[in-house]
Amino acid sequence: MGFFNQSASEPDVWTVSEVNRYVRELFEIDYRLQDLEVSGEVSNFSQARSGHLYFTLKDDAAQLKCVMWRTAAQRLRFQPQDGDAVVVRGRLSVYEAGGVYQLYAETMSPAGRGNLALAFEQLKERLAAEGLFDVEQKRPIPPFPRKIGIVTSPDAAALRDILHVLQRRCPLVAVLIAPTLVQGPEAPAQIVRALQWLDGRSDIDTIIVARGGGSIEDLWAFNDEQVVRAIAAARHPIISGVGHETDFTITDFVADERAPTPSAAAERAVPDLSEMHVLIRERRQRLTAVMARQLQQRQVAVAQLRRSLTHLSPRTRLENNRQRIDGLNGRLEQAMQRRLEKIRARLALSQTSLAAVGPAATLKRGYAIVRRVDGQIVRSVTAVASGDVLAVQVVDGEFETVVRSS
Amino acid sequence: MNPSLTDLSFEEALAALETAVAQLESGDLTLEEALALYERGQQLADYCGQQLETAVLRVEQVTSDGEIVERPMTDDG
Repeated sequence: MGFFNQSASEPDVWTVSEVNRYVRELFEIDYRLQDLEVSGEVSNFSQARSGHLYFTLKDDAAQLKCVMWRTAAQRLRFQPQDGDAVVVRGRLSVYEAGGVYQLYAETMSPAGRGNLALAFEQLKERLAAEGLFDVEQKRPIPPFPRKIGIVTSPDAAALRDILHVLQRRCPLVAVLIAPTLVQGPEAPAQIVRALQWLDGRSDIDTIIVARGGGSIEDLWAFNDEQVVRAIAAARHPIISGVGHETDFTITDFVADERAPTPSAAAERAVPDLSEMHVLIRERRQRLTAVMARQLQQRQVAVAQLRRSLTHLSPRTRLENNRQRIDGLNGRLEQAMQRRLEKIRARLALSQTSLAAVGPAATLKRGYAIVRRVDGQIVRSVTAVASGDVLAVQVVDGEFETVVRSS
Repeated sequence: MNPSLTDLSFEEALAALETAVAQLESGDLTLEEALALYERGQQLADYCGQQLETAVLRVEQVTSDGEIVERPMTDDG
């Protein structure tokens, strides 16, 4: 017997089975009951040895029996417990043997997640539309901060990690911690206050906002709109280091630099000074090399000038002159020598000629020179008178003679 | 003319060192100027190195009363 083949002729008394089957068929013709999501709190949770899950969903006023078969239960990504707020999807039907209706669950997820994810996406879209994540909004991270502000929980591992990294990489930097809760309903307001307090200081160069890893609910404060807006409005550049590599919060999008972890945020915040040692050594070497070159250049210049100077010194000129004089002297002597020789030759020639025209040669040929006693050579008969004594010179001597007549 | 070394931050000293090297490299200097720059550069390099050697992270924390107190930096954080 069923809903569709019922007729007026049927007897009025039903069996229990007939009633339950009838009711089941009523459930199953309502398509809305064949695929629905129900939110509620888990209670009376039990897992049978077969692997099937039995539990009750309840809210403030009502309860609903649920069952999840083993094949569906194996696909669960979390372990449900009594008290969990969940959303269950499945179909509603009647367990005829027990006379109960129940939800046959296909999937189950923590209630928060779906809602949180939705809220996350909505806020992110809204703030993105406002331009809060724009690249032009990003302030550059100072390469050499003097003081870093940290917004985080004062006793958490995240802070220890950050301080370790800062000490290792850049112990020159100073740190100012503004402690805050990082999860729970109080956290957003505290984070905003800590952030604004640090941001209002003039001795801060960079602010790190950090929290260690956790569930999406644990990190939720960093998706809070007030927190996100406070970060966007900050004067100082802000580095976010919230959660693990795979966690993204809206704080990460709005921060000037997103680091995957608190440690990574500390690394982004400061230079590695071990590189500075290298840099300083390199500059010192350059300094020394340049100075050496400068000195060498000057030495070369001085040496050149010294050479030029030596060239122009009076001593050099003197020596040069002396050499010139020596040269001239030599030439002078040679010239004199040549001239003397010429004169000597001419002299010899003259002597020969002279001898040829002189009286001695004439006397030799038999001529005589006659002089008066006064020494006058007698060239005419009128120059003598009878009785004069005359001297007659011949080639080999002289004799005197007397004029007898003229 | 030059500020006292101790007034300089590490960064400023490093920048001054860079400037000294660059000026010296430009070469348009009297010997006296060059020597002074060289000496200054050596001092700056010493100062930078010294800062690195002796630096210890200084950590402060603000209390709920708004007071800033020193927070000791121990080896285990």
